[in-house]
Amino acid sequence: MVTEALFRSIDQTEPQVTIEFNGQPLDVPAHMTLAAALLAAGVRQTRNTPVSGAPRTAYCMMGVCFDCLVLIDGVSRQACQVRVKPGLRVHTHSPVHIEGDTDA
Amino acid sequence: MTGETIVVGGGLVGLAVAYGLAREGQSVRLLDQGDVAWRAARGNFGLVWVQGKGYGMPAYARWTLGSAAAWPRLAQDLLAETGIDVHLHQPGGFLLCLEEAELAEESRRLHWLRDALGGDYRFEELAPAELRRRLPGVGPDVVGACYCPADGHVNPLLLLRALTMAAQRRGVVLQTGCDVQRIERQGEGYQLTGARQIWLGDRVVLAAGLGNKALATQVGLNVEVTPNRGQILVTERLAPFLSHPTNYVRQTAEGSVQLGDSHEAAGLNDSVSASVVASLAQRAVMCFPRLAGVQLVRAWGALRVLSPDGFPIYQQSRECPGVFAVTCHSGVTLAAAHAFELAPWIIGAARPEVLGAFSDQRFQQVSGEASHGH
Repeated sequence: MVTEALFRSIDQTEPQVTIEFNGQPLDVPAHMTLAAALLAAGVRQTRNTPVSGAPRTAYCMMGVCFDCLVLIDGVSRQACQVRVKPGLRVHTHSPVHIEGDTDA
Repeated sequence: MTGETIVVGGGLVGLAVAYGLAREGQSVRLLDQGDVAWRAARGNFGLVWVQGKGYGMPAYARWTLGSAAAWPRLAQDLLAETGIDVHLHQPGGFLLCLEEAELAEESRRLHWLRDALGGDYRFEELAPAELRRRLPGVGPDVVGACYCPADGHVNPLLLLRALTMAAQRRGVVLQTGCDVQRIERQGEGYQLTGARQIWLGDRVVLAAGLGNKALATQVGLNVEVTPNRGQILVTERLAPFLSHPTNYVRQTAEGSVQLGDSHEAAGLNDSVSASVVASLAQRAVMCFPRLAGVQLVRAWGALRVLSPDGFPIYQQSRECPGVFAVTCHSGVTLAAAHAFELAPWIIGAARPEVLGAFSDQRFQQVSGEASHGH
């Protein structure tokens, strides 16, 4: 879900890059962590919790809370610990993806 | 006479005893050392585990089985008194084996226990096919398992919080930052001395974990405890996939997966090491291959409190009647027994017969076969 951004960059001239978010192109600030860039771009939700399915997104922004988990190339990653780069393929993190193994 | 019982140690053992004493109407002061202590209560794995415990000492198997059976009552009472659900689940536990020799040894021990308890000891040995049917997702490296229906698990941090709150609601005075160093007779009771404080009580319960050795020796008790380090990893939260606790891996009610069961004599050092963390992760992936791509959130170490034979010590001082040493390394599993059985004995009820086996006097003799039992 992309809506009006809750955050605004102090530097309005900041260059943008295009990443892929849930299969759609998304312009985000170039020199940020992925968590900050998604917030700046107006993404309000980046995962569902695996047990109750509650919506979540970045919280602590410093690698502790694990609420900013996203899938990058199918791997669970903390968005606040990843730098934005052009073409980065990011997916919402949801239980379905983690359960999608074959030996269950 | 102060009318007060003093419990030294604010971990799961001290809290369960203090809570039990308060349930019996006792006036209790609980002295907690603070965050400088080696807090096993904040670092343990959270198993309520029966399987294999008491090999070499049937009394410990009985004591453990009794506590596991009383656990639902403890969990219900804590919920009623504090509103905290400690996430107790006792669906039975699987002891996963990665080598045939390990499986044979576990099987031998369980049969020994069944014989020692007169047949009243339930377990199953599971071949790989049956194991995979009962516990989907187990990896091909697992050669078999033993299953014990009495095993379970709990959230140990919620347990710590619930016991703290329940004890306080029943009037236990909890004091932190109390570094108790000396214990001596004072009239009819005892005086405890810390860095800048003294406390007086009629009765004293030493439940100070690794700190018990130095205190117990002052009242003539032999509590030769040593630290044994366990390291634990916890993963990101996953959709529920593991319905039962196992010896190496368990999934919490919130979806986190804990990986553990390392054993090291590392002295008073509760840090983590890359080699052990790596082996824990590797073993967990062998048990459940789906964990291979999962992110780890944290790793930590904690120190088990081990007596020379690995079994608990429950002993009243002969020199100083009214002073008790309570030492074990299964503060979670035994919490119910400590609250409901041990506390009444401490205030004068007849000693449950099973407790006779846990005297410190046993270390005067040649010790039996050593055992670890979680």
